Amino acid sequence: MPAFRLALRPLLLLLSLLSLLFLLAACSSEQNDPYPQAERGENILYAAFTERPKHLDPVQSYSEDEITFTAQIYEPPLQYHYLKRPYTLIPATSESVPVPRYYDAEGRELPADAPAAEIARSVYDIRIRPGIRYQPHPAFATDAAGQSVYGELDAEKLRGIEVIADFAETGSRELVADDYIYQIKRLAHPRLHSPIFSMMSERIIGLPELGAALHEEAKKLPSEAWLDLDRFPLTGVTRLDRYSYRIELRGKYPQFPYWLAMPFFAPVPREVDRFYSMPGMADKNLTLDWYPVGTGPFMLTRNDPNSRMVLERNPNFHGESYPCVGEAGDEAAGLLADCGKALPFIDKAVFSREKEAIPYWNKFLQGYYDASGISSDSFDQAVRLGGGGDVSLTDEMREKGIRLLTSVRPSVFYMGFNMLDPVVGGLSEQATRLRQALSIAIDQEEFISIFMNGRGIAATSPLPPGIFGYLEGEEGNNPVVYDWVDGRPRRKSIEVAKKLLAEAGWPNGRNAKTGEPLVLSLDTTSGGMGEKSRLDWLTRQFAKLDIQLLVRSTDFNRFQEKIRKGAVQLYYLGWNADYPDPENFLFLLDGTDGKVAVGGENASNYANAEYDRLFERMKNMESDGPRGAERLAIIRQAIALLQHDAPWIFGFHPKSYTLGHDWLHNRKSTDVGNNILKYQRIDVAERERLRQQWNEPVLWPLLVALLLLVAVVLPAAIGYRRRERGTAR
Amino acid sequence: MLAYLVRRLLYALPILIGVNVITFALFFIVNTPDDMARMQLGVKRVTPEAIDKWKAQRGYDKPLFINAAASGSAVFTDTIFFSKSARMFAGDFGRAEDGRDIAREISSRMGPSLAIALPTFILGLLVTVSFALMLTFFRASYLDFWGVVLCVALMSISGLFYIIGGQFLISKMWKLVPISGYGGGLDAWKFVILPVLIGVISGIGSSTRWYRTIFLEEISRDYVRTARAKGLSELAVLFRHVLRNAMIPILTGVVVVIPLLFMGSLLTESFFGIPGLGSYTIDAINAQDFAVVRAMVFIGSVLYILGLILTDLSYTFVDPRIRFN
Repeated sequence: MPAFRLALRPLLLLLSLLSLLFLLAACSSEQNDPYPQAERGENILYAAFTERPKHLDPVQSYSEDEITFTAQIYEPPLQYHYLKRPYTLIPATSESVPVPRYYDAEGRELPADAPAAEIARSVYDIRIRPGIRYQPHPAFATDAAGQSVYGELDAEKLRGIEVIADFAETGSRELVADDYIYQIKRLAHPRLHSPIFSMMSERIIGLPELGAALHEEAKKLPSEAWLDLDRFPLTGVTRLDRYSYRIELRGKYPQFPYWLAMPFFAPVPREVDRFYSMPGMADKNLTLDWYPVGTGPFMLTRNDPNSRMVLERNPNFHGESYPCVGEAGDEAAGLLADCGKALPFIDKAVFSREKEAIPYWNKFLQGYYDASGISSDSFDQAVRLGGGGDVSLTDEMREKGIRLLTSVRPSVFYMGFNMLDPVVGGLSEQATRLRQALSIAIDQEEFISIFMNGRGIAATSPLPPGIFGYLEGEEGNNPVVYDWVDGRPRRKSIEVAKKLLAEAGWPNGRNAKTGEPLVLSLDTTSGGMGEKSRLDWLTRQFAKLDIQLLVRSTDFNRFQEKIRKGAVQLYYLGWNADYPDPENFLFLLDGTDGKVAVGGENASNYANAEYDRLFERMKNMESDGPRGAERLAIIRQAIALLQHDAPWIFGFHPKSYTLGHDWLHNRKSTDVGNNILKYQRIDVAERERLRQQWNEPVLWPLLVALLLLVAVVLPAAIGYRRRERGTAR
Repeated sequence: MLAYLVRRLLYALPILIGVNVITFALFFIVNTPDDMARMQLGVKRVTPEAIDKWKAQRGYDKPLFINAAASGSAVFTDTIFFSKSARMFAGDFGRAEDGRDIAREISSRMGPSLAIALPTFILGLLVTVSFALMLTFFRASYLDFWGVVLCVALMSISGLFYIIGGQFLISKMWKLVPISGYGGGLDAWKFVILPVLIGVISGIGSSTRWYRTIFLEEISRDYVRTARAKGLSELAVLFRHVLRNAMIPILTGVVVVIPLLFMGSLLTESFFGIPGLGSYTIDAINAQDFAVVRAMVFIGSVLYILGLILTDLSYTFVDPRIRFN
């Protein structure tokens, strides 16, 4: 019966194919291993990334998705101590953390404690350590005569070259001060659009002039022609000798050393910039934006942001040792066990792209990622919240030896009032009481509990824990919103809020004169599951005061535009710190940096002369040293003003929860320092053992599937035979 | 036939221009060049000057469709629409907003998309046609009844459920293949098998019912009775006569999607971490990368038109009576 065989052939084909492939899978354990067989037993760290990095050029890269990679490759002069808290700057490639010298307008040197108003210039001299070398790269390749091998490339010479690894020759050279100077000049490059150019132009002497000169020069050149930055002077940044350079800033800017720990100030050699600018390179996606070149412990050897990014140990890394001191508890946590050992510990880090939370989580549980965050979907599976708010791992996680790391992120989320709004804005007593009433009514603790699985702490000021100026206990209480009872803050009752509202001229949520109901509008970016329930909850919070809330959800760009124009009444925003200094939070309410007035970062357009005066004093002071106490006192005054004026309803500081397998060592939560890969150590043998144990394939379902298929095909075959042999009806 | 093809290709030109205009208009109704600049430059510390510079460098500082300040043909050519769209007709897709060459990205992502889409398509077609023929053979029997019930059940389940359920059972519980990811060369099979299997199974319900309906309609024709009267077996009747005569409606639905296989699947690629063109399109939409969105819509339109022409051509192969006039 050939026809019947013909009919069954596709089904049998499918059946055979599936059986073959699944039997192949069953031949050995770990057939669900997503990595090549050759990598088994290798000293490799496996991690995931969700968003593809847009820029890996240190002059542009600013987001967390990008700095995960750039921080391992590029070495700015400074870095954060891995273990110490509060975060402490230490040298990376520099010999020491630079101490600024101050000069007045006449060029006379001033003492370190000179008033900020007298300081016209701050001078930072940075000396880098000799002997540091770049990773192997074709841009450094030279021939016997010392000439660059790839000095002149064009489309013809690039034939057959698709990725950087296709260049046959590579070389290296020593890091010198000129490389840092070149990179600072790149901040002003008109085609690179560095996000900090505008801000740094206000600080680094000569940077605006360089930007203008480069802009004019770029207009004369073809769109992709190389701009030789060495032809253009930058008066505020000078070379002192082969290993030293000087940065001169306008006025006093004590936060500048924090910037020196970011990739914006990492070195970029001129020849590398030249190499990537040659004709035909950009057409092949061979750019510095995608193939970074640095002196750090790792180098990017595979850049496929759609699928996999691979960092491998830089053979030319200058060497560094694991820290021997940390904060209290680090020793007990085993974080000092590798004291003095050479870094990095791992040979390679493989980052796979996981767009969806479910595969990411399951691969972590199977041991194919060494660490993972916890999405809201898997929170209950991973974490158990105790009655007192204490957090512990579930039995399933503990059985797997998984460890939980928590930390409060240096971020703040808040609901801001537009202080230019005639109803909620202004510093009048009426408007202030209205804002205070709302600050009480919106129960942040409930929000954190319901919508964040308890992963956050209610904010009482813009400053999160770990930032200088954050105060614990009663000292840090917000007396406008909380009473201090039995050693704990207790949110004031809704009656207090109603009383404030009545004093504000809105008794029971109605205008005392006209009787019209109070309707407030909240602008927010729409998005994500659970958005509706969050907004419903918020509406109920306003309803406690009989205030009607009108929610205007929009996309992020529209939202930004409304904020910029001041066309909002209330809005939701958050801020992640650039560096661990109170100035980086309190500047968000600086009256001279209003969003509507000057396009600044003060989205609430809050302007209080007293606050501005305090902020101006505070920002020019150091947290450590003799004036630390004075700075703290000023911060307390400033925060008290904010708590009274209530331009924000202080929301929360999110907590980050990270899970790590037992075989991953030296993992410590850090939200500011990003060059953490070099400290991680993997117990490869333990990982192999557990992966094997956790990933034994289950074969019986295959047998069941085969039987089911047979159960379908067999009656069909019998029916066919019966029908074909039967008599005609 | 050549004249017909030329005519169809000429018809395609205004369609493509229309698609471009609509894509352009829709995109810029939702996103202004300022929005695009902000998306590329990030959220923090972006000044109006930086936005202006970004727009000027990429040519987004021009008017959208008509440049009233220009004269002559520049009124139309010195606009964002013309400068960004015209060169696509010459096959130049330009660069994405992040600087990457779009044509290279497309060529590198086509492989992973096809590695999933092609086997899913071929296996799916074989399985569903065979299953439909089997149900037709056993029409009005309990096998047919339960087969149709199964099809209705299969087509009632969301595609996302198949994906999540497949990942849960086969990868998480049974640990037979990786839950997501992609590898090149010989490693590809273990990443491909699960999405292909899910793709085939999720398509069985609706396709089988559609083909079954076509076959049932065909099986009541006179030529079928003649074939049976000749003494042919029922399956020979089904495969040699019914299937062949039912090819026109099948080809109408099938051939048109063949070129579109290059475009990949948005959902499958996203969940299985396949770096194909489907996830490229989604990423571009999320990143408000107009250059990529425009290129992908343009390619999609070209492929769809190509699919329609191929469908017309395929009719002549299965039915010699059809001629292009």
